[in-house]
Amino acid sequence: MPTTERYAEMVKNTSGHSPSWKNIPLAFLIGGAICTIGEGLLHLYQFTGLTADWAGAMVSVTLIATSGLLTGLGVYDKIAKLGGAGTLVPITGFANAVVSPALEFKSEGLVLGTSAKMFLIAGPVIVYGLAASAVYGVILCLLGQAGM
Amino acid sequence: MFVELLKAFLIGGGLCAIGQVLIDYTKLTPARILVGYVTAGVLLSGLGIYQPLIEFAGAGATVPLTGFGALLARGVRMAVDESGWPGILAGGLSAAAPGITAAVLTGLIIALLFRSSFK
Repeated sequence: MPTTERYAEMVKNTSGHSPSWKNIPLAFLIGGAICTIGEGLLHLYQFTGLTADWAGAMVSVTLIATSGLLTGLGVYDKIAKLGGAGTLVPITGFANAVVSPALEFKSEGLVLGTSAKMFLIAGPVIVYGLAASAVYGVILCLLGQAGM
Repeated sequence: MFVELLKAFLIGGGLCAIGQVLIDYTKLTPARILVGYVTAGVLLSGLGIYQPLIEFAGAGATVPLTGFGALLARGVRMAVDESGWPGILAGGLSAAAPGITAAVLTGLIIALLFRSSFK
């Protein structure tokens, strides 16, 4: 049965922890390719009449859903072995970090397995992202009150 | 169009290469790197540095997780402009809602449809 430790080990393995001169160029190429696909989609969605903001949101949604499906099929983890941070840093890596434990911990049930464990990595990302944005908001309000 | 794709490739690739340097030459775990990227995105957006990068590189700057942080910061900025103090609590998550909801729904649907390949 998968455990949290085993999952951490799995993440470590897929992120290719062995330093090699190939790692950085591969991360650059694969990460760059994912972003280029995003840019292509952005143009496509804007061409269909979406505003820049909504087109951007739909690019994220498309990349997340595609990466989730590839994770389910076991393909994303194969790309990740090659791409390292190139598959971790883009939003597709965030989706992989949600879907992978959601699937692996299904054996512990759909409530405390799938739905709890999908936040194993996404949870901290959301917690610290929101905390940082709240601090920023407080600073903006204080600057606003000071009339700046 | 080709130039825009190239700019997205170079900046997006560059942000990922930085992540690989962190994995290979520091003891940071992937989870900590993602947390760092999001927080850095909020900070860089707050300092006014990230928005020009988005204008230059488009998806090359928005697809990496720093872009997710910049999205949170922009949400807070717009909400505070519009409604003051309550915007601090509402802005970030409202802006991030489509991405987070898509990720959660994808996680749930894939878990229901697929078998774990992990032994």
